[in-house]
Amino acid sequence: MLKILMNALRIGVVTTRYPAEPSVPPDRFRGAPVLRPGGALPPPSVCPTGALSERFDAGGRHVALDLARCVFCGRCAEDPWAGAIAMGRDFELAARCRDDLRIEVVADDPAVGAAGPAPDPDAEAACASSEIHRVLGRSLHLRHLDAGSCNACDWELAALLNPVYDVRRLGIDFVASPRHADGVVVTGPVTRNLETAVRRTVEAVPDPRVVIAVGACAASGGIVGEGYASAGGVDRVLPVDVYIPGCPPRPEAILFGILLAVGRLDARRLPSEG
Amino acid sequence: MADPALTDALRACTGGSVDADVGPRPSDLTLRLGRPDDLPAAAAVLTGPHSMALATVVATDETATPDGDLKVRYVFEPTAPGAPDRFVTLLVSVDAARPEVPSLTTAIPAANWHEREMQDLFGIVPVGHPDPRPLVVHDGWPRGVFPLRKAFDGSQHVPVEPADEFPHLVAEGEGVFEIPVGPIHAGIIEPGHFRFTSVGETVLHLDARLFYTHRGLEKRMEGLSPLDAFYVAERICGVCSVAHGLGYCEALEQIAGVDAPPRALLIRSIALELERLYNHVGDVGNVCAGAAFHYGTATGMRLKERLQQMNERLTGNRFLRGLVIPGGARLDLPDDLLGVLAATLQDTLAGLDNLMGSIEANASVVDRLDDTGVLQHQAALDLAVAGVAARASGVDRDARRDHPHGAFAGPAPPDLRVVTVPDGDVMARVSLRALEARESIRLVGELARRLEPGPLLVALAEPLPGGRIGISAIESARGEAVHWLRTEAGGRVERYHLRSPSYHNWPAVVLAAETAIVPDFPLVNKSFELCYSCTDR
Repeated sequence: MLKILMNALRIGVVTTRYPAEPSVPPDRFRGAPVLRPGGALPPPSVCPTGALSERFDAGGRHVALDLARCVFCGRCAEDPWAGAIAMGRDFELAARCRDDLRIEVVADDPAVGAAGPAPDPDAEAACASSEIHRVLGRSLHLRHLDAGSCNACDWELAALLNPVYDVRRLGIDFVASPRHADGVVVTGPVTRNLETAVRRTVEAVPDPRVVIAVGACAASGGIVGEGYASAGGVDRVLPVDVYIPGCPPRPEAILFGILLAVGRLDARRLPSEG
Repeated sequence: MADPALTDALRACTGGSVDADVGPRPSDLTLRLGRPDDLPAAAAVLTGPHSMALATVVATDETATPDGDLKVRYVFEPTAPGAPDRFVTLLVSVDAARPEVPSLTTAIPAANWHEREMQDLFGIVPVGHPDPRPLVVHDGWPRGVFPLRKAFDGSQHVPVEPADEFPHLVAEGEGVFEIPVGPIHAGIIEPGHFRFTSVGETVLHLDARLFYTHRGLEKRMEGLSPLDAFYVAERICGVCSVAHGLGYCEALEQIAGVDAPPRALLIRSIALELERLYNHVGDVGNVCAGAAFHYGTATGMRLKERLQQMNERLTGNRFLRGLVIPGGARLDLPDDLLGVLAATLQDTLAGLDNLMGSIEANASVVDRLDDTGVLQHQAALDLAVAGVAARASGVDRDARRDHPHGAFAGPAPPDLRVVTVPDGDVMARVSLRALEARESIRLVGELARRLEPGPLLVALAEPLPGGRIGISAIESARGEAVHWLRTEAGGRVERYHLRSPSYHNWPAVVLAAETAIVPDFPLVNKSFELCYSCTDR
């Protein structure tokens, strides 16, 4: 026992300061792809999940990237397209609206800049950080719901409870029963074999509740897509409040998304404030 | 490799109708049986006098080809330590109008789930199977619809229908209780349903129902370009990303007839050991959670987190995704990163020694782990159990040695110490993981020292040759995973099948749990630490 105490003292505090202080991912980290308007952007077929699409109109060729579908493999940023797409390091990508995860640019015409509503990461970050002090003052209890994930997103949720991320310091916790939860975090594309269990679990969470789709599969079907065994994303089965892109999203990215969701919960619980 | 003695033995027991071919690899043998009814006798020759074990079963739909049939390949592998790297395939042709094969399950228990799976997905009936309940398809799946038949459109939606209660196998009697658990569990873990029947705390019987995370990934990969399909294979399972990505790549490279460059082979093996390491270290910690030893849990989580942060520095992904790629390695491991890695591994080694010391010094923890959830040696052999679970029951099997891959298949392979312990209980599986983690740390150092400058990638022909089969076996953190891949005429994926180690190990969890009490089930389950996602696919 004494040995254990001495060891604990020797190791000291390992907990991150995120989100109070920013988290800087390592150099090789593959965050949101940055599409250069006017660049020689790749054809949609290069993307293994169909996150890239294109359309043509009078303004030229428009290439769109759906961050909810992206698995951040980096293939579209490799030669010969490395000049047109670069893997950025931004990981705080969660959004309340699926359409906010679409980035569209005009390709092959250097005179034309970015078109369409691109998400503004700064605005999202500001929104989340303004909620942080409110989160600290109150608790958010979530129920994890595996809807057919590969287990990577699940392990990243579990990592939020490790001594490094320790989300309980922010008043966030994962609870054993949906009856005790303010919402669910869902991983996986919703398999046919889990559809009934998913519906019943969410119905067991008292209303109002938040539904957070964690990772590409939950947000869009991801690499699994839609088929005989997969619904192709949580929003095919349930209304989703926050989408967190990533394959899997790193723990800070999930934390960012949960904090974003807290704003929605406040708005629902206290409509007079909104 | 032709084997006249084996071929003759099979001809003797089947009345002569056996055609022998070399393949899929030059060291392998494929034996085509004249009639499906010859299967039990032929399999008995392989598992009996030739002491082979069932490695995988692959069904294919070839009704649209000139053969016009369904085929089932029963793939066996030698089990004796030091046996040559080899697969022996028994190939039977099944009449599509009357799709039946004799069941092998009674003689070869490891065939159980394979046969139920081909019944669900291909409609091939294993006649005489002792437990022919549905396995993969749930919830009112329509009768006569087989999703892995070629005529089935995989993109179609099959609605969930209200279903009858699943016929669980339960014990009955006075004072016997049923305890249903799952599929949604209390912790952050994968979904499965466990139906315990117990008297008091003693488990009489456990019936596990899995395949809740069946995503239809094998169907999803059919028709994709080999590179597109790679990204699916890499994502079948989060914590086996390197192993499954690598297994797919090796099968693909066999079809293409190329070898990854030596530097890429070393990098692949380093990645495979790093995957084993973060899994094993985390799993030792997680077992502590099952024994309510929170210092151990927190220590395991902290060590695992440090390793996953290192993974992200090395590959840009905490699960090492994006390093292995068909043809070689996508990223290099430069010396500065290898230096940081070596320091991290030294700290991990010290932390692991400390963690194991604190477990072994804590009588209340040891009491929970010792003699709990015993998997008998013979049961491990019968079920063809793989990996940690097998070696902790004294089965000397390790695919790094038995089916060399990565750097072990390259020039001047590194030494590998395969560790086994005889006891088969939770403690054995925990201590074995700690021993293997130390071996992985040593191996990473040795592999890194062997890195010589050189290319990382070799080009694959475009398009790939059609109609060829690739087979590979990779020792993942959970044990041997067997990959089977065949291309179609245009070089696209025609059929891919993964037999994960967890697929063979789940029935062993059930057996081990039946030696325990209900409150020890989480401990037993965590000591096996099996994947649902790579079992269910």
